[in-house]
Amino acid sequence: MGEYTTQELISIFAMQGFAGISLFSVLLLMALGLAIIFGQMGVINMAHGEFMAVGAYTTYLVSVLSEQYFPSFVPYYFIFAILLSFFIAGALGYLAEFALIRHLYKRPLDTLLATWGLSLIMQQAFRSIFGAREVSPTLPEWLLGSYQPTETIDIPLNGLFVLGLTLVVTIGVFILMYRSSWGLRVRATVQNRVMSGAVGINTKKIDRLTFALGCGIAGIAGAAFTTIASTGPTTGSLYIVDTFMVVVFGGAGSLLGTIVSAFSIAQGQSILEFFISGSMAKVITLLSIVIFLMMRPEGLFASKVRK
Amino acid sequence: MLEVTDLHVSYGQSEVIHGINFEAKKNETLAIMGRNGMGKTTLFKSLIGILEVGKGSIKVDGKDVTSNESYQRVGNGIAYVPQGRMIFPTLTVQENIETGMEVSGLKRIPDDIYALFPVLQEMRHRKGGNLSGGQQQQLAIARALVTNPKVLLLDEPTEGIQPSIIKDIANILNEIQKTRDITIIVSEQVLSFTMAIADRIIVIDGGNFIHEDLRKDVDTEQISKYLSV
Repeated sequence: MGEYTTQELISIFAMQGFAGISLFSVLLLMALGLAIIFGQMGVINMAHGEFMAVGAYTTYLVSVLSEQYFPSFVPYYFIFAILLSFFIAGALGYLAEFALIRHLYKRPLDTLLATWGLSLIMQQAFRSIFGAREVSPTLPEWLLGSYQPTETIDIPLNGLFVLGLTLVVTIGVFILMYRSSWGLRVRATVQNRVMSGAVGINTKKIDRLTFALGCGIAGIAGAAFTTIASTGPTTGSLYIVDTFMVVVFGGAGSLLGTIVSAFSIAQGQSILEFFISGSMAKVITLLSIVIFLMMRPEGLFASKVRK
Repeated sequence: MLEVTDLHVSYGQSEVIHGINFEAKKNETLAIMGRNGMGKTTLFKSLIGILEVGKGSIKVDGKDVTSNESYQRVGNGIAYVPQGRMIFPTLTVQENIETGMEVSGLKRIPDDIYALFPVLQEMRHRKGGNLSGGQQQQLAIARALVTNPKVLLLDEPTEGIQPSIIKDIANILNEIQKTRDITIIVSEQVLSFTMAIADRIIVIDGGNFIHEDLRKDVDTEQISKYLSV
Protein backbone atom coordinates (compact mmCIF):
# COMPACT_ATOMS: atom_id res chain seq x y z
CA MET A 1 0.00 0.00 0.00
CA GLY A 2 3.11 2.16 -0.08
CA GLU A 3 2.13 4.07 -3.20
CA TYR A 4 -0.90 5.74 -1.58
CA THR A 5 -0.69 8.85 0.56
CA THR A 6 -2.61 8.94 3.82
CA GLN A 7 -5.08 11.39 2.31
CA GLU A 8 -5.74 9.03 -0.59
CA LEU A 9 -6.06 6.05 1.71
CA ILE A 10 -8.70 7.81 3.78
CA SER A 11 -10.61 8.67 0.60
CA ILE A 12 -10.32 5.10 -0.64
CA PHE A 13 -11.65 3.76 2.63
CA ALA A 14 -14.49 6.26 2.61
CA MET A 15 -15.52 5.51 -0.98
CA GLN A 16 -15.01 1.76 -0.86
CA GLY A 17 -16.71 1.80 2.51
CA PHE A 18 -19.63 3.53 0.89
CA ALA A 19 -19.66 1.13 -2.04
CA GLY A 20 -19.77 -1.52 0.67
CA ILE A 21 -22.76 0.21 2.18
CA SER A 22 -24.66 0.00 -1.11
CA LEU A 23 -23.85 -3.71 -1.30
CA PHE A 24 -24.82 -3.98 2.35
CA SER A 25 -28.19 -2.38 1.61
CA VAL A 26 -29.08 -4.80 -1.17
CA LEU A 27 -27.73 -7.79 0.76
CA LEU A 28 -29.64 -6.76 3.85
CA LEU A 29 -32.91 -6.26 1.96
CA MET A 30 -32.48 -9.68 0.37
CA ALA A 31 -31.41 -11.25 3.65
CA LEU A 32 -34.29 -9.75 5.62
CA GLY A 33 -36.76 -11.53 3.37
CA LEU A 34 -34.75 -14.71 3.53
CA ALA A 35 -34.24 -14.46 7.28
CA ILE A 36 -38.00 -14.37 7.67
CA ILE A 37 -38.54 -17.31 5.33
CA PHE A 38 -35.51 -19.45 6.18
CA GLY A 39 -34.76 -18.28 9.70
CA GLN A 40 -38.36 -18.19 10.82
CA MET A 41 -40.10 -20.81 8.70
CA GLY A 42 -37.15 -23.13 8.03
CA VAL A 43 -37.84 -23.17 4.29
CA ILE A 44 -34.72 -23.04 2.13
CA ASN A 45 -36.00 -20.81 -0.64
CA MET A 46 -33.60 -21.14 -3.57
CA ALA A 47 -35.92 -18.97 -5.68
CA HIS A 48 -35.48 -15.99 -3.38
CA GLY A 49 -33.08 -14.34 -5.83
CA GLU A 50 -35.67 -14.65 -8.58
CA PHE A 51 -38.22 -12.82 -6.44
CA MET A 52 -35.65 -10.05 -6.25
CA ALA A 53 -35.37 -10.15 -10.04
CA VAL A 54 -39.16 -9.87 -10.24
CA GLY A 55 -38.86 -6.62 -8.30
CA ALA A 56 -36.08 -5.40 -10.58
CA TYR A 57 -38.01 -6.23 -13.74
CA THR A 58 -41.12 -4.61 -12.32
CA THR A 59 -39.15 -1.42 -11.76
CA TYR A 60 -37.83 -1.63 -15.30
CA LEU A 61 -41.33 -2.10 -16.72
CA VAL A 62 -42.74 0.81 -14.75
CA SER A 63 -39.86 2.95 -15.98
CA VAL A 64 -40.42 2.02 -19.62
CA LEU A 65 -44.17 2.45 -19.41
CA SER A 66 -44.03 5.79 -17.68
CA GLU A 67 -41.48 7.08 -20.18
CA GLN A 68 -43.71 6.06 -23.05
CA TYR A 69 -47.12 7.08 -21.76
CA PHE A 70 -46.68 9.51 -18.87
CA PRO A 71 -43.47 11.47 -19.38
CA SER A 72 -44.47 13.90 -16.64
CA PHE A 73 -44.60 11.01 -14.17
CA VAL A 74 -40.97 10.01 -14.83
CA PRO A 75 -39.40 11.91 -11.90
CA TYR A 76 -41.65 10.14 -9.42
CA TYR A 77 -42.14 6.70 -10.94
CA PHE A 78 -39.44 5.15 -8.79
CA ILE A 79 -41.32 5.43 -5.52
CA PHE A 80 -44.36 3.90 -7.16
CA ALA A 81 -42.18 1.15 -8.66
CA ILE A 82 -40.87 0.20 -5.23
CA LEU A 83 -44.39 -0.29 -3.90
CA LEU A 84 -45.47 -2.19 -6.98
CA SER A 85 -42.38 -4.43 -6.77
CA PHE A 86 -43.28 -5.26 -3.20
CA PHE A 87 -46.83 -6.21 -4.09
CA ILE A 88 -46.05 -8.16 -7.25
CA ALA A 89 -43.21 -10.16 -5.70
CA GLY A 90 -45.36 -10.67 -2.61
CA ALA A 91 -48.33 -11.88 -4.65
CA LEU A 92 -46.12 -14.30 -6.57
CA GLY A 93 -44.68 -15.53 -3.27
CA TYR A 94 -48.20 -16.04 -1.95
CA LEU A 95 -49.02 -18.13 -5.02
CA ALA A 96 -45.79 -20.13 -4.75
CA GLU A 97 -46.52 -20.92 -1.10
CA PHE A 98 -50.06 -21.95 -1.94
CA ALA A 99 -49.20 -24.10 -4.93
CA LEU A 100 -45.87 -25.57 -3.89
CA ILE A 101 -44.23 -24.85 -0.56
CA ARG A 102 -47.08 -25.63 1.83
CA HIS A 103 -47.09 -29.25 0.71
CA LEU A 104 -43.44 -29.59 1.69
CA TYR A 105 -43.13 -28.09 5.19
CA LYS A 106 -42.34 -31.47 6.66
CA ARG A 107 -39.71 -32.20 4.01
CA PRO A 108 -37.09 -29.42 4.22
CA LEU A 109 -34.72 -30.97 1.67
CA ASP A 110 -37.51 -31.29 -0.85
CA THR A 111 -38.33 -27.59 -0.51
CA LEU A 112 -34.73 -26.94 -1.54
CA LEU A 113 -35.19 -28.96 -4.73
CA ALA A 114 -38.67 -27.60 -5.42
CA THR A 115 -37.66 -23.97 -4.97
CA TRP A 116 -34.55 -24.54 -7.06
CA GLY A 117 -36.82 -25.83 -9.82
CA LEU A 118 -39.03 -22.80 -9.31
CA SER A 119 -35.99 -20.55 -9.68
CA LEU A 120 -35.07 -22.21 -13.01
CA ILE A 121 -38.63 -21.78 -14.25
CA MET A 122 -38.65 -18.14 -13.26
CA GLN A 123 -35.26 -17.51 -14.88
CA GLN A 124 -36.49 -18.99 -18.12
CA ALA A 125 -39.66 -16.92 -17.88
CA PHE A 126 -37.55 -13.75 -17.54
CA ARG A 127 -35.50 -14.82 -20.55
CA SER A 128 -38.63 -15.44 -22.63
CA ILE A 129 -40.37 -12.24 -21.62
CA PHE A 130 -37.55 -9.71 -21.33
CA GLY A 131 -34.83 -11.37 -23.43
CA ALA A 132 -31.40 -12.51 -22.32
CA ARG A 133 -29.89 -9.02 -22.48
CA GLU A 134 -29.50 -7.10 -19.29
CA VAL A 135 -31.87 -4.18 -18.88
CA SER A 136 -31.82 -1.03 -16.77
CA PRO A 137 -34.59 1.40 -15.95
CA THR A 138 -33.98 5.09 -16.63
CA LEU A 139 -33.22 6.51 -13.25
CA PRO A 140 -34.94 9.80 -12.38
CA GLU A 141 -32.55 12.72 -12.27
CA TRP A 142 -32.63 13.18 -8.55
CA LEU A 143 -30.99 9.77 -8.21
CA LEU A 144 -28.03 10.65 -10.44
CA GLY A 145 -24.88 12.50 -9.51
CA SER A 146 -22.95 12.44 -6.32
CA TYR A 147 -22.25 14.24 -3.13
CA GLN A 148 -18.67 15.48 -2.67
CA PRO A 149 -17.74 16.24 0.90
CA THR A 150 -14.04 16.70 -0.10
CA GLU A 151 -12.24 16.84 -3.42
CA THR A 152 -11.21 13.21 -3.44
CA ILE A 153 -14.38 11.66 -2.01
CA ASP A 154 -17.39 10.94 -4.25
CA ILE A 155 -20.50 9.54 -2.64
CA PRO A 156 -23.12 8.50 -5.24
CA LEU A 157 -26.66 9.70 -4.52
CA ASN A 158 -28.28 6.42 -5.60
CA GLY A 159 -26.27 4.68 -2.89
CA LEU A 160 -27.57 7.14 -0.30
CA PHE A 161 -31.12 6.57 -1.51
CA VAL A 162 -30.79 2.79 -1.30
CA LEU A 163 -29.35 3.13 2.19
CA GLY A 164 -32.32 5.23 3.27
CA LEU A 165 -34.76 2.77 1.73
CA THR A 166 -33.06 -0.12 3.52
CA LEU A 167 -33.29 1.73 6.81
CA VAL A 168 -37.02 2.31 6.37
CA VAL A 169 -37.73 -1.30 5.38
CA THR A 170 -35.60 -2.71 8.21
CA ILE A 171 -37.33 -0.59 10.82
CA GLY A 172 -40.67 -1.57 9.30
CA VAL A 173 -39.84 -5.27 9.51
CA PHE A 174 -38.69 -4.88 13.11
CA ILE A 175 -41.87 -3.14 14.15
CA LEU A 176 -43.94 -5.74 12.35
CA MET A 177 -42.11 -8.71 13.86
CA TYR A 178 -41.58 -7.48 17.41
CA ARG A 179 -44.33 -4.97 18.07
CA SER A 180 -47.39 -6.20 16.22
CA SER A 181 -49.70 -9.03 17.15
CA TRP A 182 -49.15 -10.44 13.68
CA GLY A 183 -45.40 -10.67 14.36
CA LEU A 184 -46.10 -12.39 17.65
CA ARG A 185 -48.15 -15.00 15.84
CA VAL A 186 -45.35 -15.51 13.33
CA ARG A 187 -42.77 -15.98 16.06
CA ALA A 188 -45.02 -18.40 17.92
CA THR A 189 -45.74 -20.43 14.78
CA VAL A 190 -42.04 -20.61 14.01
CA GLN A 191 -41.23 -22.06 17.40
CA ASN A 192 -43.98 -24.63 17.58
CA ARG A 193 -46.43 -24.93 14.73
CA VAL A 194 -48.61 -27.60 16.37
CA MET A 195 -48.87 -25.79 19.69
CA SER A 196 -49.61 -22.48 17.97
CA GLY A 197 -52.61 -24.11 16.35
CA ALA A 198 -53.65 -25.41 19.76
CA VAL A 199 -53.66 -21.90 21.27
CA GLY A 200 -55.86 -20.66 18.46
CA ILE A 201 -53.48 -19.36 15.78
CA ASN A 202 -54.37 -20.12 12.17
CA THR A 203 -50.89 -21.31 11.29
CA LYS A 204 -51.53 -21.98 7.61
CA LYS A 205 -52.61 -18.41 7.05
CA ILE A 206 -49.58 -17.15 8.97
CA ASP A 207 -47.23 -19.31 6.87
CA ARG A 208 -48.68 -18.01 3.64
CA LEU A 209 -48.49 -14.36 4.66
CA THR A 210 -45.01 -14.74 6.08
CA PHE A 211 -43.74 -16.26 2.87
CA ALA A 212 -45.45 -13.54 0.84
CA LEU A 213 -43.91 -10.85 3.05
CA GLY A 214 -40.42 -12.33 2.65
CA CYS A 215 -40.83 -12.40 -1.13
CA GLY A 216 -42.26 -8.88 -1.14
CA ILE A 217 -39.19 -7.59 0.67
CA ALA A 218 -37.04 -9.39 -1.92
CA GLY A 219 -39.03 -7.43 -4.51
CA ILE A 220 -38.07 -4.17 -2.80
CA ALA A 221 -34.47 -5.37 -2.83
CA GLY A 222 -34.85 -5.84 -6.58
CA ALA A 223 -36.15 -2.29 -7.03
CA ALA A 224 -33.19 -0.99 -5.03
CA PHE A 225 -30.85 -3.20 -7.00
CA THR A 226 -31.74 -1.49 -10.29
CA THR A 227 -30.12 1.72 -9.04
CA ILE A 228 -26.71 0.13 -8.65
CA ALA A 229 -26.53 -2.49 -11.44
CA SER A 230 -28.42 -3.75 -14.46
CA THR A 231 -30.82 -6.67 -14.34
CA GLY A 232 -30.58 -9.92 -16.28
CA PRO A 233 -32.35 -13.28 -16.02
CA THR A 234 -29.64 -14.69 -13.74
CA THR A 235 -29.21 -11.61 -11.54
CA GLY A 236 -31.04 -13.25 -8.68
CA SER A 237 -28.96 -16.39 -8.64
CA LEU A 238 -25.78 -14.30 -8.35
CA TYR A 239 -26.94 -12.96 -5.04
CA ILE A 240 -28.61 -15.97 -3.49
CA VAL A 241 -25.39 -17.54 -2.16
CA ASP A 242 -24.24 -14.31 -0.54
CA THR A 243 -27.68 -13.89 0.95
CA PHE A 244 -27.73 -17.34 2.48
CA MET A 245 -24.26 -16.65 3.83
CA VAL A 246 -25.57 -13.51 5.51
CA VAL A 247 -28.49 -15.32 7.10
CA VAL A 248 -26.46 -18.29 8.35
CA PHE A 249 -23.57 -16.13 9.58
CA GLY A 250 -25.97 -13.85 11.41
CA GLY A 251 -27.70 -16.71 13.15
CA ALA A 252 -30.92 -18.07 11.70
CA GLY A 253 -33.93 -16.47 13.28
CA SER A 254 -32.14 -13.39 14.57
CA LEU A 255 -32.95 -10.22 12.65
CA LEU A 256 -30.30 -8.22 14.51
CA GLY A 257 -27.71 -10.85 13.61
CA THR A 258 -28.76 -10.54 9.97
CA ILE A 259 -28.04 -6.81 9.99
CA VAL A 260 -24.62 -7.10 11.62
CA SER A 261 -23.69 -9.99 9.38
CA ALA A 262 -24.78 -8.24 6.16
CA PHE A 263 -22.75 -5.22 7.21
CA SER A 264 -19.55 -7.10 8.00
CA ILE A 265 -19.71 -9.29 4.89
CA ALA A 266 -20.44 -6.37 2.54
CA GLN A 267 -17.80 -4.12 4.08
CA GLY A 268 -15.14 -6.81 4.23
CA GLN A 269 -15.82 -7.74 0.63
CA SER A 270 -15.85 -4.22 -0.70
CA ILE A 271 -12.75 -2.91 1.06
CA LEU A 272 -10.74 -6.05 0.26
CA GLU A 273 -11.83 -5.82 -3.38
CA PHE A 274 -9.94 -2.58 -3.87
CA PHE A 275 -6.60 -3.95 -2.76
CA ILE A 276 -6.78 -7.51 -4.10
CA SER A 277 -8.85 -9.06 -6.88
CA GLY A 278 -12.59 -9.60 -6.48
CA SER A 279 -12.36 -13.37 -6.40
CA MET A 280 -9.60 -13.34 -3.76
CA ALA A 281 -11.73 -10.99 -1.69
CA LYS A 282 -14.55 -13.51 -1.91
CA VAL A 283 -12.26 -16.37 -0.92
CA ILE A 284 -11.05 -14.51 2.15
CA THR A 285 -14.61 -13.56 3.21
CA LEU A 286 -15.84 -17.12 2.73
CA LEU A 287 -12.89 -18.61 4.61
CA SER A 288 -13.36 -16.31 7.58
CA ILE A 289 -17.05 -17.18 7.72
CA VAL A 290 -16.35 -20.90 7.52
CA ILE A 291 -13.81 -20.67 10.34
CA PHE A 292 -16.17 -18.56 12.40
CA LEU A 293 -19.07 -20.95 11.92
CA MET A 294 -16.87 -23.90 12.90
CA MET A 295 -16.25 -22.25 16.23
CA ARG A 296 -19.79 -20.92 16.64
CA PRO A 297 -22.23 -22.96 14.58
CA GLU A 298 -25.30 -21.03 15.76
CA GLY A 299 -24.03 -17.83 14.11
CA LEU A 300 -23.36 -14.35 15.48
CA PHE A 301 -26.50 -13.88 17.52
CA ALA A 302 -28.58 -16.74 18.78
CA SER A 303 -31.04 -16.29 21.61
CA LYS A 304 -30.06 -18.22 24.72
CA VAL A 305 -32.71 -20.17 26.60
CA ARG A 306 -32.86 -23.46 28.45
CA LYS A 307 -33.48 -26.26 26.07
CA MET B 1 -70.51 -29.14 27.73
CA LEU B 2 -68.15 -31.60 26.10
CA GLU B 3 -69.76 -34.62 24.47
CA VAL B 4 -67.62 -37.39 23.02
CA THR B 5 -69.32 -40.20 21.15
CA ASP B 6 -67.76 -43.45 19.95
CA LEU B 7 -64.29 -41.92 19.51
CA HIS B 8 -61.73 -44.00 17.63
CA VAL B 9 -58.15 -42.76 17.14
CA SER B 10 -55.36 -44.57 15.32
CA TYR B 11 -51.69 -44.15 14.54
CA GLY B 12 -51.58 -45.51 11.00
CA GLN B 13 -53.06 -48.99 11.18
CA SER B 14 -52.91 -49.46 14.93
CA GLU B 15 -55.94 -48.21 16.79
CA VAL B 16 -55.16 -46.70 20.19
CA ILE B 17 -58.55 -45.38 21.33
CA HIS B 18 -61.31 -47.92 20.82
CA GLY B 19 -64.63 -46.14 20.80
CA ILE B 20 -64.77 -43.98 23.92
CA ASN B 21 -68.01 -42.29 25.07
CA PHE B 22 -68.22 -39.64 27.76
CA GLU B 23 -69.82 -36.38 28.62
CA ALA B 24 -68.44 -33.65 30.85
CA LYS B 25 -71.02 -31.26 32.30
CA LYS B 26 -70.78 -27.54 32.79
CA ASN B 27 -68.68 -26.61 35.83
CA GLU B 28 -67.54 -30.17 36.28
CA THR B 29 -63.94 -31.26 36.79
CA LEU B 30 -63.34 -34.65 35.27
CA ALA B 31 -60.12 -36.61 35.78
CA ILE B 32 -59.02 -39.31 33.39
CA MET B 33 -56.51 -41.57 35.05
CA GLY B 34 -54.37 -44.33 33.68
CA ARG B 35 -50.87 -45.71 33.46
CA ASN B 36 -48.37 -44.69 30.78
CA GLY B 37 -49.28 -45.82 27.29
CA MET B 38 -52.97 -46.33 28.00
CA GLY B 39 -54.09 -43.56 25.62
CA LYS B 40 -54.49 -40.46 27.81
CA THR B 41 -52.33 -38.18 25.71
CA THR B 42 -53.70 -39.63 22.46
CA LEU B 43 -57.22 -38.92 23.68
CA PHE B 44 -56.33 -35.31 24.56
CA LYS B 45 -54.51 -34.71 21.29
CA SER B 46 -57.51 -35.91 19.36
CA LEU B 47 -59.82 -33.68 21.43
CA ILE B 48 -57.82 -30.55 20.53
CA GLY B 49 -57.38 -31.66 16.93
CA ILE B 50 -53.66 -32.39 16.78
CA LEU B 51 -54.47 -36.01 15.94
CA GLU B 52 -57.16 -36.88 13.45
CA VAL B 53 -60.27 -38.62 14.66
CA GLY B 54 -60.83 -41.94 12.88
CA LYS B 55 -64.49 -42.35 13.77
CA GLY B 56 -66.90 -40.75 16.20
CA SER B 57 -67.75 -37.20 17.11
CA ILE B 58 -66.73 -34.43 19.50
CA LYS B 59 -69.22 -31.73 20.48
CA VAL B 60 -68.60 -28.58 22.49
CA ASP B 61 -71.68 -26.91 23.92
CA GLY B 62 -73.77 -28.72 21.30
CA LYS B 63 -71.55 -27.69 18.40
CA ASP B 64 -69.84 -30.45 16.41
CA VAL B 65 -66.09 -29.71 16.13
CA THR B 66 -64.95 -33.12 14.86
CA SER B 67 -63.86 -31.82 11.46
CA ASN B 68 -62.41 -28.54 12.79
CA GLU B 69 -58.72 -27.76 12.78
CA SER B 70 -57.04 -27.02 16.11
CA TYR B 71 -57.32 -23.26 15.89
CA GLN B 72 -61.03 -23.49 15.06
CA ARG B 73 -61.64 -25.76 18.03
CA VAL B 74 -59.93 -23.19 20.24
CA GLY B 75 -62.30 -20.62 18.75
CA ASN B 76 -65.19 -22.91 19.63
CA GLY B 77 -64.15 -23.04 23.26
CA ILE B 78 -61.60 -25.79 23.84
CA ALA B 79 -58.27 -24.84 25.42
CA TYR B 80 -55.33 -27.18 25.78
CA VAL B 81 -52.43 -27.41 28.21
CA PRO B 82 -50.23 -30.14 26.74
CA GLN B 83 -48.03 -32.66 28.45
CA GLY B 84 -44.56 -31.15 28.78
CA ARG B 85 -46.15 -27.68 28.80
CA MET B 86 -44.89 -26.65 25.34
CA ILE B 87 -44.63 -22.96 26.05
CA PHE B 88 -42.79 -20.86 23.44
CA PRO B 89 -39.24 -20.76 24.86
CA THR B 90 -37.89 -17.64 23.14
CA LEU B 91 -41.00 -15.52 23.63
CA THR B 92 -41.33 -13.56 26.86
CA VAL B 93 -43.85 -14.63 29.46
CA GLN B 94 -46.15 -11.80 28.46
CA GLU B 95 -45.89 -12.67 24.76
CA ASN B 96 -46.57 -16.32 25.54
CA ILE B 97 -49.83 -15.36 27.19
CA GLU B 98 -50.70 -12.99 24.36
CA THR B 99 -50.51 -15.77 21.76
CA GLY B 100 -53.74 -17.11 23.27
CA MET B 101 -55.53 -13.78 22.93
CA GLU B 102 -55.93 -14.08 19.16
CA VAL B 103 -59.21 -16.00 19.47
CA SER B 104 -60.68 -14.12 22.40
CA GLY B 105 -59.89 -10.72 20.89
CA LEU B 106 -58.54 -9.39 24.20
CA LYS B 107 -56.30 -6.36 23.85
CA ARG B 108 -54.41 -6.68 27.14
CA ILE B 109 -53.88 -9.48 29.61
CA PRO B 110 -56.81 -9.44 32.06
CA ASP B 111 -55.98 -8.67 35.68
CA ASP B 112 -57.52 -11.89 36.97
CA ILE B 113 -54.90 -13.90 35.07
CA TYR B 114 -52.06 -12.17 36.91
CA ALA B 115 -54.07 -12.43 40.12
CA LEU B 116 -54.13 -16.20 39.67
CA PHE B 117 -50.46 -16.35 38.74
CA PRO B 118 -48.60 -13.54 40.53
CA VAL B 119 -45.27 -15.14 39.68
CA LEU B 120 -45.98 -14.61 35.96
CA GLN B 121 -46.51 -10.91 36.47
CA GLU B 122 -43.16 -10.65 38.22
CA MET B 123 -41.45 -12.48 35.38
CA ARG B 124 -43.46 -11.10 32.48
CA HIS B 125 -40.38 -9.81 30.64
CA ARG B 126 -38.34 -12.99 31.06
CA LYS B 127 -38.10 -15.53 28.25
CA GLY B 128 -40.53 -18.40 28.75
CA GLY B 129 -37.73 -20.93 28.26
CA ASN B 130 -35.87 -19.58 31.29
CA LEU B 131 -38.69 -20.33 33.73
CA SER B 132 -38.70 -23.35 36.03
CA GLY B 133 -40.94 -26.32 35.28
CA GLY B 134 -43.64 -25.25 37.71
CA GLN B 135 -43.64 -21.69 36.42
CA GLN B 136 -43.86 -22.93 32.84
CA GLN B 137 -46.86 -25.03 33.83
CA GLN B 138 -48.57 -21.95 35.23
CA LEU B 139 -47.69 -20.07 32.05
CA ALA B 140 -49.23 -22.81 29.91
CA ILE B 141 -52.42 -22.66 31.98
CA ALA B 142 -52.53 -18.85 31.73
CA ARG B 143 -52.03 -19.04 27.96
CA ALA B 144 -54.96 -21.46 27.72
CA LEU B 145 -57.20 -19.36 29.98
CA VAL B 146 -56.92 -16.14 27.96
CA THR B 147 -58.71 -17.91 25.09
CA ASN B 148 -61.81 -17.78 27.36
CA PRO B 149 -62.45 -21.51 27.07
CA LYS B 150 -65.61 -23.41 27.88
CA VAL B 151 -63.58 -26.60 28.22
CA LEU B 152 -60.03 -26.66 29.59
CA LEU B 153 -57.94 -29.75 28.84
CA LEU B 154 -54.85 -30.40 30.96
CA ASP B 155 -52.62 -33.32 30.04
CA GLU B 156 -50.62 -34.53 33.06
CA PRO B 157 -50.14 -31.10 34.63
CA THR B 158 -48.12 -32.53 37.53
CA GLU B 159 -45.52 -34.31 35.45
CA GLY B 160 -42.00 -33.38 36.55
CA ILE B 161 -43.15 -30.86 39.14
CA GLN B 162 -42.16 -30.83 42.80
CA PRO B 163 -44.84 -31.80 45.38
CA SER B 164 -45.26 -28.35 46.94
CA ILE B 165 -45.95 -26.81 43.53
CA ILE B 166 -48.37 -29.63 42.70
CA LYS B 167 -50.45 -28.43 45.65
CA ASP B 168 -50.32 -24.87 44.31
CA ILE B 169 -51.52 -26.03 40.92
CA ALA B 170 -54.41 -27.94 42.52
CA ASN B 171 -55.39 -24.76 44.38
CA ILE B 172 -55.17 -22.72 41.18
CA LEU B 173 -57.41 -25.17 39.32
CA ASN B 174 -59.97 -25.12 42.14
CA GLU B 175 -59.87 -21.32 42.07
CA ILE B 176 -60.44 -21.32 38.28
CA GLN B 177 -63.36 -23.72 38.72
CA LYS B 178 -64.90 -21.46 41.33
CA THR B 179 -64.56 -18.16 39.44
CA ARG B 180 -65.39 -19.23 35.88
CA ASP B 181 -68.07 -21.18 34.07
CA ILE B 182 -65.72 -23.84 32.88
CA THR B 183 -65.42 -27.57 32.43
CA ILE B 184 -62.00 -28.93 33.33
CA ILE B 185 -60.75 -32.25 32.03
CA VAL B 186 -57.44 -33.40 33.38
CA SER B 187 -55.40 -36.53 32.72
CA GLU B 188 -53.35 -37.73 35.65
CA GLN B 189 -51.41 -40.48 37.33
CA VAL B 190 -51.14 -38.81 40.74
CA LEU B 191 -54.21 -39.84 42.72
CA SER B 192 -53.78 -37.34 45.57
CA PHE B 193 -53.84 -34.51 43.01
CA THR B 194 -57.03 -35.73 41.33
CA MET B 195 -58.69 -36.26 44.69
CA ALA B 196 -57.98 -32.59 45.44
CA ILE B 197 -59.63 -31.24 42.30
CA ALA B 198 -61.91 -33.71 40.49
CA ASP B 199 -65.66 -34.21 40.79
CA ARG B 200 -65.54 -37.45 38.88
CA ILE B 201 -62.76 -39.91 38.03
CA ILE B 202 -62.58 -42.20 35.00
CA VAL B 203 -59.88 -44.86 34.57
CA ILE B 204 -58.59 -45.52 31.07
CA ASP B 205 -56.80 -48.74 30.21
CA GLY B 206 -55.67 -49.93 26.79
CA GLY B 207 -57.77 -47.31 25.02
CA ASN B 208 -61.03 -48.14 26.85
CA PHE B 209 -62.70 -46.66 29.89
CA ILE B 210 -62.81 -49.42 32.50
CA HIS B 211 -63.99 -47.68 35.64
CA GLU B 212 -65.89 -44.57 36.66
CA ASP B 213 -66.68 -43.03 40.05
CA LEU B 214 -67.78 -39.77 41.60
CA ARG B 215 -65.09 -38.48 43.89
CA LYS B 216 -67.22 -38.97 46.99
CA ASP B 217 -67.65 -42.66 46.15
CA VAL B 218 -64.05 -43.31 45.14
CA ASP B 219 -62.33 -46.33 46.62
CA THR B 220 -58.74 -45.06 46.52
CA GLU B 221 -57.27 -48.49 46.96
CA GLN B 222 -59.09 -49.83 43.95
CA ILE B 223 -57.98 -46.90 41.76
CA SER B 224 -54.40 -47.25 42.98
CA LYS B 225 -54.55 -50.85 41.87
CA TYR B 226 -55.56 -49.76 38.37
CA LEU B 227 -52.68 -47.28 38.30
CA SER B 228 -49.93 -49.58 39.54
CA VAL B 229 -47.95 -51.47 36.98
